[in-house]
Amino acid sequence: MALLEVKNAGIQFGGLKAVSGFNMELHQGELVGLIGPNGAGKTTSFNLLTGVYVPTEGEILFNGKRLNGLPPYKVTQSGISRTFQNIRLFSELSVIDNVKVAYHSLAKNSILSSIFRLPSHFSEEKNMENKALEFLKIFNLDSLKDEKAKNLPYGQQRRLEIARALAAGPKLLLLDEPAAGMNPQETHELMELIAFIRKQFGLTILLIEHDMQLVMGICERIYVLDHGQLIAEGTPDVIRSHPKVIEAYLGEEVPSEHA
Amino acid sequence: MKKSKPFWAFVILAAIVYGVVQFFIGSGLLNQYYSNLIITISINIILAVSLHLVIGITGQFSIGHAGFLAVGAYISAIATMKFDLPFILAIVIGGIVAALTGLIVGIPTLRLRGDYLAIATLGFAEIIRIVLFNIDYVGGAAGMQVSHLTTWTITFVCLFITVLVIANFTNSRHGRACIAVRENEIAADAMGINTTYYKVLAFAIGSFFAGIAGGLFSHNFYILQPGNFGFLKSFDILIFVVLGGLGSLTGSVISAILLTLVSTFLAQYPETRMIIYSLVLVIVMLYRPQGLMGTREITDLFKWKPAKGGN
Repeated sequence: MALLEVKNAGIQFGGLKAVSGFNMELHQGELVGLIGPNGAGKTTSFNLLTGVYVPTEGEILFNGKRLNGLPPYKVTQSGISRTFQNIRLFSELSVIDNVKVAYHSLAKNSILSSIFRLPSHFSEEKNMENKALEFLKIFNLDSLKDEKAKNLPYGQQRRLEIARALAAGPKLLLLDEPAAGMNPQETHELMELIAFIRKQFGLTILLIEHDMQLVMGICERIYVLDHGQLIAEGTPDVIRSHPKVIEAYLGEEVPSEHA
Repeated sequence: MKKSKPFWAFVILAAIVYGVVQFFIGSGLLNQYYSNLIITISINIILAVSLHLVIGITGQFSIGHAGFLAVGAYISAIATMKFDLPFILAIVIGGIVAALTGLIVGIPTLRLRGDYLAIATLGFAEIIRIVLFNIDYVGGAAGMQVSHLTTWTITFVCLFITVLVIANFTNSRHGRACIAVRENEIAADAMGINTTYYKVLAFAIGSFFAGIAGGLFSHNFYILQPGNFGFLKSFDILIFVVLGGLGSLTGSVISAILLTLVSTFLAQYPETRMIIYSLVLVIVMLYRPQGLMGTREITDLFKWKPAKGGN
């Protein structure tokens, strides 16, 4: 059974069909790319998957459970977590607190236990601290744990966002342009990091990316969106030579008048 | 236990403050005027700290705090005057009813953001005031007779509990969830935090303590009038929080103390009072737009050294 199954999902804003007839199947442990020209509907489909938007058509099944209409926090709790195209860290919080926040829904102590400082408060806080530190170590951010998130350089902010998404304990990780704004060196490190966490945590990953080298380098399968429609699906090699994809990115070949 | 160090420091400090003030009041060194001033300051601190949880921590710009103060004040006054309940019980009832009001107001309005939430909460506070004006049971515009029951000890206990509960709440995963909502609601949602729940929760806790402050407030004077709870009162509380630094608990405590002192001192010069008070606010905001404390706490000042000496 597929981990994530999207059947004919779509969303319409007024008269505009942002995404329609979107079909996707992700299997446990896969690393899949989602590409397409600007405005194709990539982030919109992420928003559909994570509950930010409620699909106006079709169905989304995760682990056999219907996700349609669940609020984002419930989607996250059921095992899908994400990063954002424009970084959304909790900028005034410290690096470690950013990660702890994501661990929030996995902790169990009640509000009263925190107010009265019961033992369960301390044990959960300690547990959270240790877990958060583990994640920071993986991402090489542990030395910066008390720094405010807003003071980190851009590349580290991107990494912190992935660490935070991981701390929420997902089975499926959605990365929205993780390499945006990174230099080639950083992109390369990121590729290795993504491959590592996938193995380490047995994750399924779906990523949106414009950096073709990254996408072609690590994704096993690729979906291509254009104008809200899925136009192609397959291995990197298939996608690279797919006429529709080339058309979407480079435009149609104009028949030569001399011919 | 390393973690409870600031806690014990706080308890000891609180005990000293209580002891010193109690000694001065008991020995008659502080006359009625000054002991009243100290109680007023304490009530203002409770108000500031409770609004700090809503605005500074959860980032919900509510400017109707006087409405909850009014609910607590009137409910507890009714409890003591009409039902002859003990004062402490009356305060608690006032707090609970204010918290329930907070829930009722919060659940629909906290879907709104920024300016819209501000307008909705302001409107709520005005509704409470106008309703009180028109209920004869509580005396309408003429006001309601209330016995003077507020003492320094009761006020201090309430203040102590308020600060402790809100500080403990803030420094826990629940408080972090609230701060996450303030920092980036969309990301908080995406991290599995039920944002509506935490917004309403913070709002209800804030309202609860505003209601507690109301109970102390109403029994600190002999008469209770709806006019005490106009939007200027809401703004006064808002100013404590903003001037202290949004997100800083100690900041709102300090500014509540300072501004109450300034405003009481200026009461001797009624002609120029509001001009000078406003000037103080303008000057502070010009030179410290982030508020007196920014987002830092007093305790951070002591942390500087070990942080550098450590790892």
